[in-house]
Amino acid sequence: MTTQIGLVFFIAAIGLCVIGIGGIVLSRNLFRMVLALAIAEAGANLLLVLAGYRWDAVAPILSAGQMPAPMVDPVPQAMVLTAIVIGVGVQALALTLVVRVKQRYGTLDMQLARERMNAEIDATADVTPPRSQERPRGERPLPAPAGGAHD
Amino acid sequence: MRNIATLLFLGGLAFLLIVITGSLDFGAPPMRIGTQIQAATAGDVGTANIVTAVVLGYRGLDTLGELSILFAAATAGGLVLGSAAARARPDGGFILRAGADLMFPLLLIAGLYIVIHGHLTPGGGFQGGVILAAAFFLPLLARPGTTPGHRWLMWIEGLSGATFIVIGLLALYRGDAFLTPLFDHGTLGELVSGGSLPLLYLAVGLKVGAELAGLLMRLAQDDEVTS
Repeated sequence: MTTQIGLVFFIAAIGLCVIGIGGIVLSRNLFRMVLALAIAEAGANLLLVLAGYRWDAVAPILSAGQMPAPMVDPVPQAMVLTAIVIGVGVQALALTLVVRVKQRYGTLDMQLARERMNAEIDATADVTPPRSQERPRGERPLPAPAGGAHD
Repeated sequence: MRNIATLLFLGGLAFLLIVITGSLDFGAPPMRIGTQIQAATAGDVGTANIVTAVVLGYRGLDTLGELSILFAAATAGGLVLGSAAARARPDGGFILRAGADLMFPLLLIAGLYIVIHGHLTPGGGFQGGVILAAAFFLPLLARPGTTPGHRWLMWIEGLSGATFIVIGLLALYRGDAFLTPLFDHGTLGELVSGGSLPLLYLAVGLKVGAELAGLLMRLAQDDEVTS
């Protein structure tokens, strides 16, 4: 019984991690990727806190100098405190970058933003994009005018 | 194809982690350092909250590193966004303005309480600092026209960070290791106890609050160039 309940907690934490990582990889929207990162972080933090759990234990706060009951491990809790703060810093930085991408390229779609960024870099460096089957260089007839964003 | 590979990878990862954690004995962690710290905290550091003893007493250097990471993230955010001038935005409306006025003192008191009692109760500089940041960010949402005091925040942030390091250096001057708790740790559970740890947490709280408030203000001012 006890191990089963523990397994339920662990599955919840691992599920959050997996959902977050899946969101990061599968999503194309930059903002959703940041949110997925936050979910994965929550799962990792839950996993760490669970690692320090003890049955019938109280929070690690001393009262009146003696130890009345077994306490949960304080070290993972301190680690999670650190991880949460660093996570906030990382998310804030990611969001500022997302804001800048949206302002510059007018989209949150990662592939569209990448294409526009590449086109801008090519235009700034004054080079034609490399030869490819989709965008052949030269005089060959093209079904659509080259240089635009193809999808 | 890529999606299928991703889903396979995720399934494998979940299976692996569940098998590993399922073989552990839940509720009986094998780490022994936690028990030793619990037994030694009352004599070593003298704070009622053992997590605070770990964060600031035993692993104070890690907390300094954590503060540096937060500082670097806030600085990089400010660098990316630049210091945008306050733009004319629609007013927050009566409800938001009245609510912000009402909430400001409450948030300030709650944040300071959590910071100052960080060595006695759950909470501390980081949690209280976030509440302080919310207290100073809320009026900006209600009255978008007001110019926030970036310079003021910068001074608070710099001075509190310097205080943290100076307290650590004082321990070094006394002949102990860096960031060893100074002073006598008084009675356990009193407000003035734990040596220099409450001072350290106050510095952490002010620094985190100022940093996050500055970052939030920059984000809020910069969000409507294109939309």
